[in-house]
Amino acid sequence: MSGAALAIRNLRAGYHGSEALRDVTFSVNRGDYLGICGPNGSGKSTLVKVILGLVAPQAGEISLLGTPRESFKEWRRIGYLPQGLQFFNPHFPATVDEVIRLGRLSGKSFPRRFAREDTEAVERTMDWMGIGDIRGRMIGELSGGLRQRVLLARALVNEPELLVLDEPTTALDPETRESFYKLIYEMNRERGTTVLLVTHDTATIGKYATHLLYLDKTVIFCGDFDDFCNSREMTGLFGEHGQHLVCHRH
Amino acid sequence: MNISEMLSFGFMQRALVGGSLIAILCSVLGVFLVLRRLSLIGDGLSHVTFGSVALALLFRLHSFYMTLAIIPLVLASSFGILKLAQRARIYGDAAIGIVSALGVATGVMLASMAGGFNIDLFSYLFGNILSISSSELAIAAVLFVIVISGVAVFYNDLFASTFDEELAKTSGIDTDRINAILVLLTALTVVLAMKVVGIMLISALLILPAVSALQLSKGFRTAIVSSAVIGVCTVVVGISVSFVMNLPTGATIVLINFITFICAFTARTLLRHR
Repeated sequence: MSGAALAIRNLRAGYHGSEALRDVTFSVNRGDYLGICGPNGSGKSTLVKVILGLVAPQAGEISLLGTPRESFKEWRRIGYLPQGLQFFNPHFPATVDEVIRLGRLSGKSFPRRFAREDTEAVERTMDWMGIGDIRGRMIGELSGGLRQRVLLARALVNEPELLVLDEPTTALDPETRESFYKLIYEMNRERGTTVLLVTHDTATIGKYATHLLYLDKTVIFCGDFDDFCNSREMTGLFGEHGQHLVCHRH
Repeated sequence: MNISEMLSFGFMQRALVGGSLIAILCSVLGVFLVLRRLSLIGDGLSHVTFGSVALALLFRLHSFYMTLAIIPLVLASSFGILKLAQRARIYGDAAIGIVSALGVATGVMLASMAGGFNIDLFSYLFGNILSISSSELAIAAVLFVIVISGVAVFYNDLFASTFDEELAKTSGIDTDRINAILVLLTALTVVLAMKVVGIMLISALLILPAVSALQLSKGFRTAIVSSAVIGVCTVVVGISVSFVMNLPTGATIVLINFITFICAFTARTLLRHR
């Protein structure tokens, strides 16, 4: 369990008495790119929230980068990009570089102060992502795609070992979505970052991810795409056409 | 009357220094409160202050001791708002509404027991910065240092929580603690601001400089600094104008703040259409 980037055993979680996840067990190796799919209400976002400590599990064990979740404190090793900001205010007076720099707070202890290396890390990330030219722009002035790119830069500014993305491309147009997927793919292949990507986009994820987790409150499938494609059980569940689409081996 | 003549009065010097310190606190905290949609917490806490002032008057406490006595009451109420919102499954605005109404009801009840509203209570309702004493100015200075140090120490945590609470949590920031700190610092500030603009107008001093600054700011730090500058300028101009023209000080400060907001809003609209 300790060598995995993420290991979850017998997890149960929910809200106000209702059960969102039950008996969830799976693990993700370092360097894997795991696509997490499932129908609406299947518990995908709850799973992400439990992993990140935003929702407390009701039962089960979680190990993050080899450390039990309850004692995990090294948040700089994990980058998180949500679908969008919780209550985004388009008039929020923050510039692009200020927002990206906020990502550096996870590596700091009290009192959290920025130093020269934080500025350098922000510069490096902006250059790598090709957004250096908008550093002084206000976050609210940007298009949805560019704003998600800035938030991805915020998630990547610590060069995390594990990157968690919760439906990051839902609000994006197909072209921006494609370039977004490519960027994450590069992160995974070139830097060896472990990626967990929650998506509805079952037809695209097979193109980029190495592994698939299909959830419906519990684990329906977890493994690599070849296993998924060859599984008779999955053919029974998805139908040949559906299975073929997810496999993305066409 | 010229400026040097005006500044030669001790009470004017105290009013300008005290007013400026309090204006900085209100305007800096105001930016966080406005962006977190907690603007009306100042209103709620000021109504609690009304109840606390009535209680202090019932015990015949005045000015210096009054301020010292109501600080714990307002701090306790600010915790009440937080706990109500967290535990009683109600939204923050409803929690503010409950505590606010409770503060006014208690105030009216106590004032009635004390034989009705009197001049003292009215001076707290509408403020009287020109009457600030040296000891009250000393309290203001001490609280100023406490609040501004709190903001400075937790600045990045406050910024991150204000930008997005969920993202802040995933950075390992204890946002519940940061919320509590913000509300406590606001409670201390509200007690001080009561002297400047009065209980009825405190929320204006928290909200207006912040929203004026937000019209034109190009970054978070500049928003905080511009809000503080606007707060100090409007308070200094307000005190001076009210003194020269013999107008009520609190109301003058609020109206000047509103004019500043209109100017900032117009400037922003013009810049956008240029």
